[in-house]
This record gives sequence, C-alpha cells and structure tokens, in this order.
Amino acid sequence: MKVWVFAEVAADKVTTATLELLTKAREIGSEVEAIFAGSGDSAAIAASVGAYGATKLHVIDPGDGLPGQVAAASIAQMAGEQSPDVILFAQSYDGRDALARLSVKLDKPVLTNGMSLSADGDALVFGTAIFGGVTLVDVKLTAGAPALIAIRPKSFAAEESGGAVAEVANVATADAGRAAEAKVLARHVEEQQGPKLEEAAIVVSGGRGIGAAENYEPLVEALAKLLKGAWGASRAIVDAGWVPYALQVGQTGKTVKPKLYIALGISGATQHLVGMKNSDNILAINKDGEAPIFSVADLGIVGDVHKVVPALIELLKAKS
Amino acid sequence: MNVAVCVKQIPDPAVPGTLSADKTLERAGKLILDESDSYGVEMALQLVDASGGGEVTLISMAPNDEVSGLRTALAMGAAKAILVSDPALAGSDALSTAKVLAKSIERAGDIDLVLAATESSDGYTGTVPAQVAELLGWPALTFSKHVEIADGKVKVQRQTEAGYDEVEASLPAIVSVTAGVVEPRYPSFKGIMAAKNKPVDKVTAADLGLDAGQVGWAGARQEVVNVEQAPARQAGEKFEDDGTGAEKVVAFLEQLKVV
Repeated sequence: MKVWVFAEVAADKVTTATLELLTKAREIGSEVEAIFAGSGDSAAIAASVGAYGATKLHVIDPGDGLPGQVAAASIAQMAGEQSPDVILFAQSYDGRDALARLSVKLDKPVLTNGMSLSADGDALVFGTAIFGGVTLVDVKLTAGAPALIAIRPKSFAAEESGGAVAEVANVATADAGRAAEAKVLARHVEEQQGPKLEEAAIVVSGGRGIGAAENYEPLVEALAKLLKGAWGASRAIVDAGWVPYALQVGQTGKTVKPKLYIALGISGATQHLVGMKNSDNILAINKDGEAPIFSVADLGIVGDVHKVVPALIELLKAKS
Repeated sequence: MNVAVCVKQIPDPAVPGTLSADKTLERAGKLILDESDSYGVEMALQLVDASGGGEVTLISMAPNDEVSGLRTALAMGAAKAILVSDPALAGSDALSTAKVLAKSIERAGDIDLVLAATESSDGYTGTVPAQVAELLGWPALTFSKHVEIADGKVKVQRQTEAGYDEVEASLPAIVSVTAGVVEPRYPSFKGIMAAKNKPVDKVTAADLGLDAGQVGWAGARQEVVNVEQAPARQAGEKFEDDGTGAEKVVAFLEQLKVV
C-alpha cells in the first residue's frame, strides 16, 4: 500500500501529529511519502520525516496563500499521476483545508476525527468515536483509492524508524484557481510561555467555574507554573473571550494526553471530554458534585476553586 | 450585500444521541438550530446591516421538511431560507452535503458571501465549508474568529495552532466562523411572529439538478462495519471539600510523584 502523509510544520519543527501519522503509515503501508506545503527548510523537514519512515518529501510552494487550500490542486495532480492508496492528514486547520478541497477535486469521501486505523487485507478500517467518545464506530471506505483520512492528534504514539533523510522533490505548483486568492497578510503568535499544551506532562485547565477572566492567571496559570505544566481552557471561556483560542482543549481545540490533567471549574461537556479523557490521571475541582467531569476523574474535589486552589498553591509553595 | 448562511438543524444535544437502524445518527425527532450556526447567522445580520442593504438567506439540508431550526434563525432576522429535504439524501456524508449546499447557494443567486460554522455539533467533520468553496470555485477563509468587509474584500482572523493569521480574499467567498466570533442575539417576540411568514423555498435533490447516485448513501461510499461501547473510564474518589480539599490534592500529587 502506498501511503502519503500531509506533513505540517510549526515553529520550524515538523509537528508531533505529523510524526504520529508517519508511524501509522509505516504500519499499514509498504511505501511512505510526505507532502509539505509551505516555505521552510526542506532539508531539515526531509531529515525529520525521513527519521519516521518517509522516503520522499514532496514540497509545494503555496506562496502567500493558505497552504492547505493552495496545495490541494497540486496534490490532486500528483495523485492522478502516482496513485497513492491513502492520504493521511492531521485533524488540524491546514490539514482539513487540504483534505476538503482535495475530496472535491478527486470526488472522494473524507473520513475525519479518526482515532484508529488498520489494514484488513486490501481494505482500511477507520475507527472514530461518537457521542463524546462513549461509542466507537469502525468504517470501511468503498470509494476506491485514494482514501482520504484525517486523524486526531495523540491517537498513535510517534516512533522513529531510523530511516535516512527523505529525498526532496519540488512539485510544480498546479493552478489552484480562486482558492489561491485567500492571502495571508500577517501572522500572530499567541502561544504561552513554558511547555506546549500538547506536549506537557501536566496540564491545568480552567472553565466557566473560575468566574471571571481576571481569575485565570492567579488560579489556572499560577498552579500550572508551580507544577511546571501547561495551561489550557474549556471552550466556554474561550468563546467568552477570557483566553485565546490556542489554549482550548476539546473537540474543536487541542487533544491532550498528559500524565496529569487538572480541571478547574470545568463541568465536563462531551466537547471537552473528547480532548482530555485519555490523560493518564485526571483531577477535577468543581463546586457542582453532579458535573460530568467527576465521572472521568481519578480524584474529584467537590468544592469552590476560589478556596481550594489558593490553599493548594500555598501548600505547594511551602513544600518547595 | 447579500449573505447566505449554511445552517444545520440537529437533534437537541442535551438529549443523549442514538444511532438508527442504518447506523447513522437518529434524526427522526424534532431538530433544533445548531448553536454553532447561531454565530454565523448573527455575523451575517451584522455584516448586511453594516453594508447598508441586502439580506440574509439561510441554506439548510434536513430530513422530513424540518423547519424548527430555520424558524429560530429567521426569527433572529434572516429574510428567507432554502430547505433541501429529500429521502434520497439520507446517509449523505460531508461531500454529498457540500454538493447540496453549493447547488442551493447557486439557486439563491446573487450571493456575495457565504458563512458557515467551522463544523457542526453533531457530525463535526469540519470540511464542509472548504468543500462548498471548491465546488463553487470560491476562496475559503476557514476557522475565522473575526470577520470584516471593506472595499469588496473580506478580511478575517484565522485560527492557527499557535495564534492567528490575518487572511484576506476578494468576494464572493466563503468564511467559516468559530463559536464566539460574535454574541448571537435572542429572537424578539416580534421576530418570532414575523418568522412564521417568511418564505422557505423547499426543494429536492432533483430540483437542484443532483443525481441520486451522487448523494445520500450512494454518494457516501462507506460502510459502518462495527459499533461498540468504548471502555468506560472508572471514576475514582470524590470528596466534598471540608477545608481539607487542598491537602487531599497534595497527597494525590505526591502519590503521582509530580511534586
């Protein structure tokens, strides 16, 4: 099986989600290649994707367009010539852009939010979870190659293959039509200091129960810093504008799988649970004893975050 | 400026979802406006107001001629709706849905901007807006948290993994908006009364020129091979905070060796 992976780069590094996809691609395929749309150090990217099993790196220059949207035309053209069996995307912004446009160009269905993927003879079995993760569904595509699939980050572990640097092939950019008219004028980075949310061993997240935007720093951020962890948020307080979207954990935000997840004033809507319930350990503090977050918590404290968290911070400071 | 908003009518998310016999989401009961779509409707109303003219048209695909959710959005201030309802559309996947929406937008005619949520709250595929754009041959500005129109162009702040990008395109274009992009209004009593008489253009797949083989189960080209319950995570201990909550947390952190 020939598997292509749509590779993404953030802060000059190939994303962990990409490396996870390459690891899975090796398991289901005999031939693994990566596609990267963007400007960047292609030699460094080729080394990273090579170390995870890609033998070739196709590089597409999207100019100042949105990378996924511009790249779809070139990927469609390449797919027509080289007939991959599967193209894997991360469930990311650019990944979904590329996947969406490509599905129309190739007239193929998409499967998204994947959490498992395995080969069953010549067929692929794609697994996802619905109803907030309580029901697992396996699906087979019957549309013929290439199968177009998006996988949620953290669904697989990334493991190096020890492969050599991938051969770099610059792709002649196909005409993307008006898709290329969406121009990126400026980029803004809002990322927090300290460990990355998706990679931190400890994540402390705040929800509506923290009461107000100004309580986020002294409760959530302060506790996370003491524990050398990252800080996140539920959708409710992102929608309310208390913290930037980059901090959102959940269905429409980031998926995290830390050693310890601490939920402060988060009720645990299914939208949130999908993004964190595979954490090794979960601690929840919430004043509503009936909140769904307690159904997944290893330790639940039914109490006021405004009392428990400051007391906890004092105790931890006294210990250090 | 004329704005179309793609809206989905979904089973009430407060009620636990179920699968029907054909292993698709059960949609037989009353459907409501997906809350994620209320942001697009509000954004559309504000942009049309600011442009000094034009109207908001709703585009929806739903079973059984369902209009409950459309009435909610019409009550907020949308002028009219196109509802595509057809048994041939049962089982439609994201691509089939996009084909239906794109044809409906063409049917509406004279649309400068299409708004949609980034993903629905029940299916959350997250690809439909860009698929619609590709079918129409339009630019797509996806995952937008801020939208403005000036000089025939649409400019957005698009979410990225690390922050946001400022992205611009000429019209007509499609923009997908995140929840929280604006604060949706509550329909007024007057709005609710007026909504009852606003026009809803009910059409079938054939009216849109779509062949039954392109949409519905035939278009989805996938087979659900297994459905099972996920292993439930065991809830651990739960304590009422009696003033010792913080100490219990410290003991837990020590046990995990994180302090």
